[in-house]
Amino acid sequence: MTAVADMPERRSEGRMVRSGALVAYAAVGLSLAAILTLSVGATGISLTSLPRVLLAMATGNDAGAVAREQLVLIDIRLPRLLLGMFVGAALTVSGAMMQGMFRNPLADPGLIGVSSGAALAAVATIALGNGVAAPWLRPLGAYALPVAAFAGGLATTLVLTTAVQRHGSLSLATLLLAGIALAAFNGALMGLVAYASDDRELRDLTLWMLGSLSGASWPKVFATTPFVLLVAVALPGLVRGLNGLLLGEAEAFHLGIDVERTKRLIVLVASAAVGAAVAVAGIVGFVGIVVPHLVRLMAGPDHRVVLPASALLGAILVLIADMLARMLVRPAELPLGVVMALIGAPIFLHMVVKRRVAG
Amino acid sequence: MNTPRSLALLICAALMIVAPVLSWSAAAADVTVVDAGGRRVSIADASRLLSIGGDVTEIVYALGAGNRVVGVDTTSQYPPEALKEKKGVGYMRALSSEGVISVGASLVLASERSGPPEVMKTLKATTVPLVEIADDNTPDGVARKIRLIAKAIGAEDSGEDLAKKVSAGFLALDERRARIKSPVRALFVLGVQNGRVLAGGKNTSADAMLQLAGAANVAGSVTGFRPLTDEAIVELAPEVIVAMRRSSTTDAHDLSQLFELKGIQGTPAGKNRRVVTMDGLYLLGFGPRSPDAARDLMALLYPELTAKGGDATR
Repeated sequence: MTAVADMPERRSEGRMVRSGALVAYAAVGLSLAAILTLSVGATGISLTSLPRVLLAMATGNDAGAVAREQLVLIDIRLPRLLLGMFVGAALTVSGAMMQGMFRNPLADPGLIGVSSGAALAAVATIALGNGVAAPWLRPLGAYALPVAAFAGGLATTLVLTTAVQRHGSLSLATLLLAGIALAAFNGALMGLVAYASDDRELRDLTLWMLGSLSGASWPKVFATTPFVLLVAVALPGLVRGLNGLLLGEAEAFHLGIDVERTKRLIVLVASAAVGAAVAVAGIVGFVGIVVPHLVRLMAGPDHRVVLPASALLGAILVLIADMLARMLVRPAELPLGVVMALIGAPIFLHMVVKRRVAG
Repeated sequence: MNTPRSLALLICAALMIVAPVLSWSAAAADVTVVDAGGRRVSIADASRLLSIGGDVTEIVYALGAGNRVVGVDTTSQYPPEALKEKKGVGYMRALSSEGVISVGASLVLASERSGPPEVMKTLKATTVPLVEIADDNTPDGVARKIRLIAKAIGAEDSGEDLAKKVSAGFLALDERRARIKSPVRALFVLGVQNGRVLAGGKNTSADAMLQLAGAANVAGSVTGFRPLTDEAIVELAPEVIVAMRRSSTTDAHDLSQLFELKGIQGTPAGKNRRVVTMDGLYLLGFGPRSPDAARDLMALLYPELTAKGGDATR
C-alpha cells in the first residue's frame, strides 16, 4: 500500500497522455450511467416516456397514466440520480484530498471526525427521536435525520480542529492521532445509544449504517446544491496546494504555497461535502478510499487529474451500485453500501494484484 | 360531474344485482377513512391491495380479502401463503418508493411502523391511496385496527363480525384471568445470544401478552427488550420462562442452551425446567388471533385452571 509514494518515479510520458483521456472517458461513462439510471427501475417505466411526461408537465395536463410516469421519472428517479452523483463525487473527492493531505493511502474523511460525528448524530436521532429529543426533532419531520447528521459531522470536525490547533497551525500528525481517538470515542457513544434503543430502532440503525439512496427527494437535492457549488468552486484552487503537500509540508512551503490555509480549506471542504453526503445517504464506505487509488493507478498522482477523475468515477460507481441495489431484489431494495463493496472490492483487488505483477 | 356519478351508481347497482360475489368492486362509490396519522383518505378501488405489516396482512386475510392482496412485506408471516404467493416489497422499515409503486396496488395498507419516513412521504403523495394502520398492542386497539382495515377495503360487515369476535375473546379472557389467585412469575426470553438472555421488559408486545395471560412480568422494571445478567435473573426468580418458537424443528436446541445458563439454573423455572413456547407472530402479532394466543398462553401457564372446568366460559 505504498502506491502514493511510488507513483512519482513511475510516472511516464505515456501515462500523462492517458490521464487526459481518462477524464474524458469518465465523463462519457457518467453520462451513460445517468441515462441508464433514469431508464431502469422496478416499475418498468423507461426513458421513452420522458417526452410525454415533459409535455404533460408543460401543459399542466398531468392526469392518468402520465401522472404515474411523472412521479417515477421526475420525483423518484431524477432526484435519486442527482443525489447519487453528488454522494459519489463528494466521498471520492474528499477521500482523495485526505489521502493527499495526510500522505497516507489509508486516509479517509473519518480521520477529521466527519463520518463518526455524523453517524453518532444520526444514530442518536433514530434512537431518541421518539422519546427525549422528540420536541426538538418533530418540527423537522422527515428531515430531522439528515439535518442532525450534517450538524453532527461538522460540529465534530470543528471540535477536533480547534483542539488540535497550536499557535494557529494545524499539525497533521496530531490531527491523525486525535482523529482516531475521537472516532473511537464517538463509536463508544454510538454503542451506548444502540444499547439504549429497542429492537426496531436497532434495525433502523443497522440499515442506516449500510447506506441507501432510497430517501432521495427534491428538497434534499436543493439542500445539497450549495455543497456541490462549494466543492466545485474550491477544488481548482486546492490542486496546486495538494500537489505541493505530496512532497511534504516544508517542501510545499518552499514552493510558495500557503500550507496552513491549504490544510484548513481542505478540512473545511471535505467535512462539508462528506457531512452532506452522509446526511443524504447514510454510511457508504469503500468508494472514498478506493476510487482515488484506482485513478492514481491509472493516471498517476497529479491532482489535476486525480480530483476530477475521482469525482466522475465515484459518481459512476455509486450510480451503478445503486442501480443494482434497486433492481436485484425488486420490488424490495438492497442497501447501497453493501452492493458498493460487493462489486467494488473485487475490481480493486484485481487491479492492485495485476499492477503488482506487471510492475 | 353529475351524470358520470349517477351512471357509475347505476352500473354499481347493476353489478350488485347481477353478481353479488363481486359486490366488493362496488366500492367504486368512494369510501373515506381517517387513518392512524389523522389523514382523511379517499378510496375508489380496493381490488388490488398491498399490505405492509404482519398484523395488517393477518387482518386482511382474516377478512377474506387474501385473494385481493397483490403484495406484502417480509414481516407478513401469517398466513404462510401470503409471503409465498404474493410479491414481496422487502422489510417494512426499508421500503423502496418505486418498488412499492411497481406492485401496481390500488390501495396500500401500511402499518404505522413502515418506513423510511421519506419513502412514506413520497408514497402518500401518489394517486394511490395509502392508509396507515396504528401500531396498538391493546385489546381495543386490535378491534380498531380491524374496523379501519375493513372499512378501507369495503368489508365492513365481516369487519364488524371479526372485531366483535376478537373483543368477545378478550372479554372471556378477562373473566378467566379474574379466577387467577396468585399470578405466576414469568420471564419472556426473546433470545439467548452468546450466553446472554434478551428479556422482554415493559412497553413491549411480550409484556402486553404476559399481562393478558394473567402472568406477572418479572422483567417489568426494564423498558424494551434488554439483555439481563445472570445475577439479575436469579434475583428476579421467574417461575416460568416464556419463549418464541421460530420453527417446529429448531426449538429443542435453543432451549437446551437456555437451561445451561447459570442464571436460569438458579431460578425456580430453571430448577423445574419449566418453559412455555409459542409461535412468534401468533404470540406477539396483536392481530385477530391474539385473544386465542393469550388464552393458549394462559392455559400453558395455569394448567390447573383449565383442568378444573375452565372450559365453561368457552
